[in-house]
Amino acid sequence: MRSVALFLKQPLVVALVLIVALLYLGESLSPGFASADQILRLLIVASLLGIVAAGQNVVILGGREGIDLSVGGVVSLSAIIAGNVMNGADSGILPAVLACLLAGAFFGLLNGLGITLLRIPPLVMTLGMLGVLQGLLVVIRNGIPSGRAAPGLSAFVTQPLVLGVPGIIWLWIAIGVFMAFMLNRTVFGHRIYAIGSNEHAAYMAGVPVRLMRIGLFMISGMFAAIAGLCLLGYSGSSFANVGEQYMLSSIIAVVFGGTSLAGGKGGYTGTMAGALLLVILQGILTTVNIDESGRQMVFGATLLLLMLFYGRGRAMRA
Amino acid sequence: MTSTTTDIRSSEGGLRSWLERYPFLPALVIVVALLALNGVFSPNSLSFRSLTGLFSTYMALIMLAIAQTYVVSAGDIDLSAGATLSLVNVAIVILMERWGGGAGAVLLALALGVLIGLACGLVNGIVVAALRLQAIVATFATSIFFTGLALYVMPVAGTPAPALFWRTYGGRLLSVPFVFYVLVALAVLLFLLSRTRIVTELLAVGDDQQAAYQTGLPVVATRIKGYLLCGLFSALAAFCLTGDTASGDPLVGGKMTLYSIAAVVLGGSALAGGWTTVVGSLLGALTIGLVNSLVFFMGTPSEWQNFVQGLAILLVLMAGVLAGRRARA
Repeated sequence: MRSVALFLKQPLVVALVLIVALLYLGESLSPGFASADQILRLLIVASLLGIVAAGQNVVILGGREGIDLSVGGVVSLSAIIAGNVMNGADSGILPAVLACLLAGAFFGLLNGLGITLLRIPPLVMTLGMLGVLQGLLVVIRNGIPSGRAAPGLSAFVTQPLVLGVPGIIWLWIAIGVFMAFMLNRTVFGHRIYAIGSNEHAAYMAGVPVRLMRIGLFMISGMFAAIAGLCLLGYSGSSFANVGEQYMLSSIIAVVFGGTSLAGGKGGYTGTMAGALLLVILQGILTTVNIDESGRQMVFGATLLLLMLFYGRGRAMRA
Repeated sequence: MTSTTTDIRSSEGGLRSWLERYPFLPALVIVVALLALNGVFSPNSLSFRSLTGLFSTYMALIMLAIAQTYVVSAGDIDLSAGATLSLVNVAIVILMERWGGGAGAVLLALALGVLIGLACGLVNGIVVAALRLQAIVATFATSIFFTGLALYVMPVAGTPAPALFWRTYGGRLLSVPFVFYVLVALAVLLFLLSRTRIVTELLAVGDDQQAAYQTGLPVVATRIKGYLLCGLFSALAAFCLTGDTASGDPLVGGKMTLYSIAAVVLGGSALAGGWTTVVGSLLGALTIGLVNSLVFFMGTPSEWQNFVQGLAILLVLMAGVLAGRRARA
């Protein structure tokens, strides 16, 4: 019995149970909610969030109050860069991917340098970077039109690719496998947990802590850039601050996946379930016929309620 | 407000002991430098009239930054401060309108506004301190809830505040602009608060929660008090904002939350808690205002203004962190 109770307390299990329950709830509120088509649509939206959350996840795992508030800005920036580079032509997809990855890595590098060399707290550094990115968006948007997605990219995100499932969902699954492999089977992954749970011990054991941390922020920037690119494919053209919604929801997805904000504990599989959970919840709220105020109140209250299922802080003991 | 721990090195004298006693000094230097630069690019910007305008516009951010400072003291954070501000803003505008917009109506609405701010703070305090949820995600969730409430009270922006209210806020009393009375009242309030135990207790909890608990401090209650103070000052921020914009807007505070956190860091406080300065936060909020006006006066092309502002704020944020660390080292 004890092992069953422990099993049920696993964040991944909690999230999966909640996902099934929410799908059931959605289906009973509005028949057709849990149909195959709808679930694929929810998965597409969840994969966008999940890809951003992958970067957020490694930064948080790396500890020392690791957090990346600039992901929303990178998503928006990458969407507009991609739109301009490809400008509706399939031949522009590869250059666009490279340009976006480069931009994401660049801003991640700046974040990482500020956080390691100048020892600025991640929250402050990435908050400041968010302001810079939002300013940069205004500059770009005033200079050039926002650009269009290439048909190939739109098809990759919205149309079935293999086995009736769109390419972006396969991409997300691939990222999930890659992350699980990296975190559990590679030296790099083990070092992420090492610096996340005890930075000093990791340093003493010869882990290049600074280099690692810079790398984590670059990974976060690049994942956000990939998400921005896919978001452009999803919506067709980029509009102002498309990425803003991902800033805090990516953190919530990580938390719902059972990764501790303190770092060093957790993984990406849970985060994928967390992202899906969040998207299904939002999906239900848009299906139900209530006005925006009620929707927000229910969403906020439900988030709080769900958080009670996850690792709460320890009570003070003398 | 300085650190709770008295450091032996403070007797060394020189710059470090000054920084330790007045941790907002770097922020003050930055504010003075920005004022001077503003004066160089536009001498008119240092006139009494312009400074009055600066204070009336940024008083709301000053209040919100101070609100944030009290939770940061205890090592917490409040991402719902802006949503609380929005909620109080729309609530008082609607109440004033419904009750006729007279002096009695205004005062009663303000009293209720304070209660709403305190209620929001209490919810946050219970969720973060008593239920032990992580402050960043939990207050983000409450911010969504408060925004929903604000949208329920006023679905679309635009309901005007009664003339009596904004004319008083933007006007003069005995030929002194009203906003300076607000500033003096704020100074008195901050001074009185700094004389109470609550600030010391918040800093003790922020410095080392376990140690604070073991010395017998009621840690949970103290953190809730921090959120209550945050709710109170968020309500005061809403009053100033309503006086400045003269209308209600259910989404007005959303963008201000991150600025309030930036202002706290600019002021020299440590986000990790245990070392904060409300005077610094006030100066930090002014820094944001002065950077914005400087970028404008320098004649930056309009599409570049946001970028230059963002870059300048990132640079002063870094400077604030580095200077603050030197003071604590």
